[in-house]
Amino acid sequence: MATTLVGTVWCVFRRDLLIAARKPADVATPLVFFAIVVSLFPLGVGPEPAVLRTLAPGVLWVAALLATLLSLSRLFAADYADGTLEQLALSPQPLSALVLAKVAAHWVTTGLPLLLLSPLLAIQLYLPSEALGTLLLALALGTPVLSLIGSVGAGLTLGLRGDGVLLSLLVLPLYTPILIFGAGAVTASATGLDPEAYFSLLGAFLLVALGFAPWAAAAALRISMD
Amino acid sequence: MFFHKYASPKIFYGFAGKLIPWFAGVTSILLAIGLYQGLFVAPPDYQQGESVRIMFIHVPAAWLSMFAYMVLASAGAIGLIWNMRLAEMAATAAAPIGASFTLLALVTGSLWGKPMWGTWWAWDARLTSELLLFFLYIGFMALQAAIDDPKRAARAGALLALVGVVNIPVIHFSVQWWNTLHQPASLSTINKIGAPAIHPSLLIPLLIMALAFTLFFVTLLLVRLRAEILHRERYTGWVTELVKP
Repeated sequence: MATTLVGTVWCVFRRDLLIAARKPADVATPLVFFAIVVSLFPLGVGPEPAVLRTLAPGVLWVAALLATLLSLSRLFAADYADGTLEQLALSPQPLSALVLAKVAAHWVTTGLPLLLLSPLLAIQLYLPSEALGTLLLALALGTPVLSLIGSVGAGLTLGLRGDGVLLSLLVLPLYTPILIFGAGAVTASATGLDPEAYFSLLGAFLLVALGFAPWAAAAALRISMD
Repeated sequence: MFFHKYASPKIFYGFAGKLIPWFAGVTSILLAIGLYQGLFVAPPDYQQGESVRIMFIHVPAAWLSMFAYMVLASAGAIGLIWNMRLAEMAATAAAPIGASFTLLALVTGSLWGKPMWGTWWAWDARLTSELLLFFLYIGFMALQAAIDDPKRAARAGALLALVGVVNIPVIHFSVQWWNTLHQPASLSTINKIGAPAIHPSLLIPLLIMALAFTLFFVTLLLVRLRAEILHRERYTGWVTELVKP
């Protein structure tokens, strides 16, 4: 079954989901991290609803960024350690397609749970309920880009010493546009403006990242596995 | 092509050694002229007063910070595509210079911002993109420092630099959308009579300084490239021969 391109991609995707399902703690850790980081802000800046409401979009997005970053090392590390990654690289199917499958699985196990958890944390921060839908849509468009860009960084830092800190150094500057427009969309809709332009830009980033990131990540993996 | 042989690190090492005094000489002359013109001859600005003179360092440094990244990324791409060792070394050599120019632009901008905007730092679009450019340089250097194998370091760095090049316009335009306080670029602003909006008495020293900074960059790049060649080729016969006491 797994001889066609689609078959192989599906197989890799399913396999990564299966591994994640067998180790639920790995999936839960970034989520708990997300919740803790968000909960720390009221403790730091004080519990005034007005302040928290202003900070909410930025705090939620920064926490989502960091949680994604934390989970990135999981993307290739285990497969690299046990040699699976080399088998994938040797497969007749393009490595970029297989990377895309792994990134998709990564998003389903990281970005999607973050997205589902976010309304709860948003309510904790007194985000107006009109903005909740915007938050969900913005995260739905933005978090896949975070996984995609992150895959390039994860590929480049594969097997290096201190790769976690290094990875954040490489990836966080590249995340800034997503942060700006993602948080911008939520702020706009919390203040009664139309967030449509932000959605268009986030969607554009997603399309560009879908086109380029798997290819760049595949090149990065080939460099790291040489 | 006749210049093919200069792609060999050994031949380029000697060639760069001959070029450095010339570039260094012209750089010093231009810097002296530019600094004198900028700091003593150019009139104070009618709005900014004497603080305008910071611009003669700040603007060239900011230009060079971007130019150096382009050099770094192009050298990285050439190294990645044609597997040319000299280009790989050039990318590695260019990174700390570019980072220094970026830092210089940030510091001088901050010094200028205090009297002009009344604050050391503002979350303005260009300041922020310059800061992010600085982080990109640091990331490039940190990645190369973390990899022991020089070949992998060069290729990984080149790929990161190329991803950065794609992202720089996006980052710049994002922060521009987000917030803008910085004044618009004066050189590309043309006023009604078709002349640049900046007066020639300020423009000429600025262009001299820009040229001087560019040559300074080339000089430093050659010096660092020579050191990098020696480092990367330290186990070859010709380097052993060269450094023999």
